[in-house]
Amino acid sequence: MTRLERNDRLIRLGLLMIAFSAVSILIVITLFIFSEGTPIMFKYGPGRFLFGLDWYPSEKAFGLLPMIVGSFFVTAGALLVGVPMGLACAIVLTQFASKRVGRILKPVIELLAGIPSVVYGFIGIVVIVPLIRENLGGPGLSVLAASLVLGVMILPTVISISIDAFQAVPPTYREGSIALGATVWQTIRMVMFPAARSGIVAAVILGMGRAIGETMAVIMIAGNAAAIPGSPLAPVRTLTSNIALEMGYASGEHREALFATGVILFVIIMALNILANWTSARRKR
Amino acid sequence: MTTPIIEVKTLSLWYGKFQALKDVTIDVEINRITALIGPSGCGKSTFLRTLNRMNDLIEGVRITGTVLFQGRAIYAKGTDLLDLRQNVGMVFQRPNPFPISVADNVTYGLRVHGITDRTVRDERLQRSLEAVHLWSELKDGLNRNALALSSEQQQRLCIARLIAVEPEVLLMDEPCSALDPIATARIEELMAELKKLYTIVIVTHNMQQAARVSDTTGYFLLGELIEVGPTPQVFTAPRDSRTEDYITGRFG
Repeated sequence: MTRLERNDRLIRLGLLMIAFSAVSILIVITLFIFSEGTPIMFKYGPGRFLFGLDWYPSEKAFGLLPMIVGSFFVTAGALLVGVPMGLACAIVLTQFASKRVGRILKPVIELLAGIPSVVYGFIGIVVIVPLIRENLGGPGLSVLAASLVLGVMILPTVISISIDAFQAVPPTYREGSIALGATVWQTIRMVMFPAARSGIVAAVILGMGRAIGETMAVIMIAGNAAAIPGSPLAPVRTLTSNIALEMGYASGEHREALFATGVILFVIIMALNILANWTSARRKR
Repeated sequence: MTTPIIEVKTLSLWYGKFQALKDVTIDVEINRITALIGPSGCGKSTFLRTLNRMNDLIEGVRITGTVLFQGRAIYAKGTDLLDLRQNVGMVFQRPNPFPISVADNVTYGLRVHGITDRTVRDERLQRSLEAVHLWSELKDGLNRNALALSSEQQQRLCIARLIAVEPEVLLMDEPCSALDPIATARIEELMAELKKLYTIVIVTHNMQQAARVSDTTGYFLLGELIEVGPTPQVFTAPRDSRTEDYITGRFG
């Protein structure tokens, strides 16, 4: 073996180890969360975690249903705000806007993704929350406030993935439709949407994953009451907020119950990612 | 001499600063097949796309001169583009059926133009598919996805999709370039049948095809229409030496 060959082998080995360590970190985190979180779930029974209504960790009441429902409401609200806006942006950028406008708008939208979530939360507290409190009533800190802010936060994800989806539609579809005398909007509705559907579904799912996982902004504006919200104006606590709010001082079974919260969150997000991969794989076929 | 359905007068077109068409003047006669030949990049496809204003989709295009369709200037302000494109339809180089069912493809134009009556739709569906000889093959598979058809069937379907909206003119941009020779021959037969009802303008880089199917041939070179005349004359006794160079294979 020459010195050069040995060099190559060493470098390959080194790179392999670095690459493998990234994967093993993921595995270690997964194992850690599950080993910390699952024992207590089985001790009290998963049903009490998943369907329990009361969260009083000091009294051994570990009902996570309000947080599961809370995450669901806030995420659904974020999608209601973010998906129509995001799709509208993607349609404008791919179908209507000139290349020059696109070159200006797209980086600006991507910049939205770079704003720290605490800044979104801050804007939520000083602008959105008072606006809701004064005009619609309630404490302001609410499902609605969290949905609005999260809706904006998922925009970059929804927009960039649905732009990819629209751009993946062969331009000949569009030409064929226009050449038959269709308007641009008819073309979008009747040809582009069906052709880009799986990509749009992937955009929605990834946006959903981003909304479920977001913590900081939500803690600042959602009110964090551990009860199922009765209206969009009621405060709400999500799974992520539950962990972040209490991990600082929790110990013993309380701490384990927070890990159990993490397990549930982990499973939901994994399921969403697998769903997203599956739909985009189906698109490629 | 029959009446021209399309009259083009001193048409020039620029992509930005590049002049792709130079002073093109040509009449397209009704119920005839007009073939446009020339080397790649000579402007023949660009020219074809000016006839139903498909070049409007491209940014930075500037056009001077006039194009009259049935006597009306299509580049005049207030032209109804949707109406124009319904009357002057286009078949593309690669078959481009939409990723929906065969039936939905054929009736797409009808839905776009607001024809929702079921019996009209079904009747046009059958008639259009019959016109392109797809009806007997596909009448039991109208709900199949159009992308599952063979390339030749797809191209026939694209022609059926045009016929369904009852156009006057069919523009064909190298319609056979993605097809094998047998399929090409069958599409050519179809074109000969279709010219009884429609006017066809075909762009082709295949000179034999032009000689076989067309009544009139125009030769494009570097954005100029060098020569246009009855096909036998252009191929046997071209008036311009540049046309002769091209058709005898000395160039192109």
